[in-house]
Amino acid sequence: MGSFIARRLIGAVPLLLFVSIAVFLLLQAAPGGPTGAYMRRGAGLSGADLAALEARLGLNDPVHIQYAKWLGRVVQGDLGMSVTSRRPVGEEILDRLPNTLYLMLAAWLVTLAIAIPIGIFSALKQYSKFDHVVTSVTFIGQSIPIFWFGLILILVFYLAVKNPFTGDPLFPAGGMQTIGVPPTLGDRLIHLVLPVTMLAAGWVAWYSRFLRASMLEIVHQDYIRTARAKGLSERLVILRHAFRNAAIPLVTLMALDVPFLFTGALFTEVIFSWPGMGRLFYTAAERRDYGLLMAIIMITSVLIVLANILADTIYSWLDPRIRLQ
Amino acid sequence: MSQMANRLSTEQTAPRSLLEPSDRTRPETMLQLTVRRFFRHRLAAAGLVVLVILGLSAILAPLATHDPNALSVSERTQGPSLNHWFGTDEAGRDIFARTLDGGRVSLTIGLAATAVALLVGTSFGAVAGYFGGKIDAGLMRLTDAFLCFPQLFVLIVVGTLIRTTELRVLQGSIVPIAVVIGLLSWMGLARIVRATFLALREKEFVEAARSAGASNARIMLRHVLPGAIGPIVVQASLLVAASIITESGLSYLGFGVQPPTATWGNLLRDAQAHMQTLPVFAIAPGLMIFLTVISINFVGDGLRDALDPHGRR
Repeated sequence: MGSFIARRLIGAVPLLLFVSIAVFLLLQAAPGGPTGAYMRRGAGLSGADLAALEARLGLNDPVHIQYAKWLGRVVQGDLGMSVTSRRPVGEEILDRLPNTLYLMLAAWLVTLAIAIPIGIFSALKQYSKFDHVVTSVTFIGQSIPIFWFGLILILVFYLAVKNPFTGDPLFPAGGMQTIGVPPTLGDRLIHLVLPVTMLAAGWVAWYSRFLRASMLEIVHQDYIRTARAKGLSERLVILRHAFRNAAIPLVTLMALDVPFLFTGALFTEVIFSWPGMGRLFYTAAERRDYGLLMAIIMITSVLIVLANILADTIYSWLDPRIRLQ
Repeated sequence: MSQMANRLSTEQTAPRSLLEPSDRTRPETMLQLTVRRFFRHRLAAAGLVVLVILGLSAILAPLATHDPNALSVSERTQGPSLNHWFGTDEAGRDIFARTLDGGRVSLTIGLAATAVALLVGTSFGAVAGYFGGKIDAGLMRLTDAFLCFPQLFVLIVVGTLIRTTELRVLQGSIVPIAVVIGLLSWMGLARIVRATFLALREKEFVEAARSAGASNARIMLRHVLPGAIGPIVVQASLLVAASIITESGLSYLGFGVQPPTATWGNLLRDAQAHMQTLPVFAIAPGLMIFLTVISINFVGDGLRDALDPHGRR
């Protein structure tokens, strides 16, 4: 297994080089290029100032030299400076990361708590009323544009429905906590309700459909019949024999989703003004902060590659029938 | 009629069971079989009807309603009325007309992006699977590399570049967005097509075609590609839905198609400022996206069943 992981990691290097070159070219060689952000702010830069700036940033070098220099810095852990905040990109990211992880983990726990029982029951009671409802609702969940669902949540639970006692909106629709008062647990939790609902709705649909399908495949296997035949209780058969095997593909699916724990759900963070990674990327794009954009894309690509390796490794570790060569 | 009578008379001596299926004089073609199996799937048929209505209303909208881009200072941000069914936006434009017109743009982008993905994905997959070896390894590495791009992030960067640099000339155009979405979503298709080509290239009919002197291109297009058509069609239908969602999300964030061209996404962006006073503005375009996507998904499901060679007849 160790050598498998090592080989996959080595194999990932050319992939990441390709991605980094493509992204670098996209951002650096584009017309208007990296000095665009300075120009836009109309700081009264003369042509000479701009030329000096370009020289200082090394923008007069040929593109491949610029790329090599950039890559050299990245490998040493220097992701560059954010043009707009004038702080190191790494610091900016580390500031936002905890907020994103907090939101994503909350949504993820809610998702699992709902999707796992739903997936199991609708598979066990295939074609029952419950199953029909679940399949229809999850089909809708997969077809609904997530950002629109967020808007509808605000429309209903912030604008239309009011708290009957105070007349305030039922749930807050922005931020992580009420500004200007000491943070309390209840306040933080209530700020989680709408963003988590928006995120979990889509995920529950995917995860429960996925689990239902893999449960259906497994409950007809011979070893399930064997488990029943030797007199195990139905509960044990389902939980210990069926679910544990059906969960293997689900776990790999979750491993593949890990990069998105990091990037955050961009739409959710933008709609609910959540100060996380997704919103950082969004504002960086609005301000044309190319250094920040580039760093976030590169980190995400690395995470996607690592998540793929992680998923394959977990899969073979959980399922002894799969042997990695 | 007389021909029919003739045939019946010659067959009269045969036992009844040999005449089964009795009412069909010639076997069903592949297309007839597929169509019949598709329409057995009721939700898929309903989805198709909805899509046809949506498509027609997008095409015919300019004839029936207000001009989607006509400004009217005296009718700014009005609620729904008989004249303006969904009300008007802050520039006095008719929201109903803009929703239908936005549909035309969003559907076109969805189809165009899928066409790009089909072209790239099918050719890469076909070449990789047919020739195998180093070509296959190289193309699949490229596919892996494209899978490493965080799609939404790259699209936002492209959108920023189009919006703010000398590429600005492309702003109102839907072509760059469609092409870039297509270029970032062909990978699944390439893998599916490759798998089918890998499986089929060893078959006897390919051998036969080759020994008859057919060129590689001819074998790939005429003999192997038809075998992959089922999965390609299904995947393509899902891609149309995904591209529409991607485009509308991007336009919602402000990095897609720029106003005044309406798309469902940038309509929702405009609607955000008027959620309190004009909720219908925030509901209608999103509902259209949802209806379109769910209909496409149903049609995709129906196609999957209809084109499955192992399915029920």
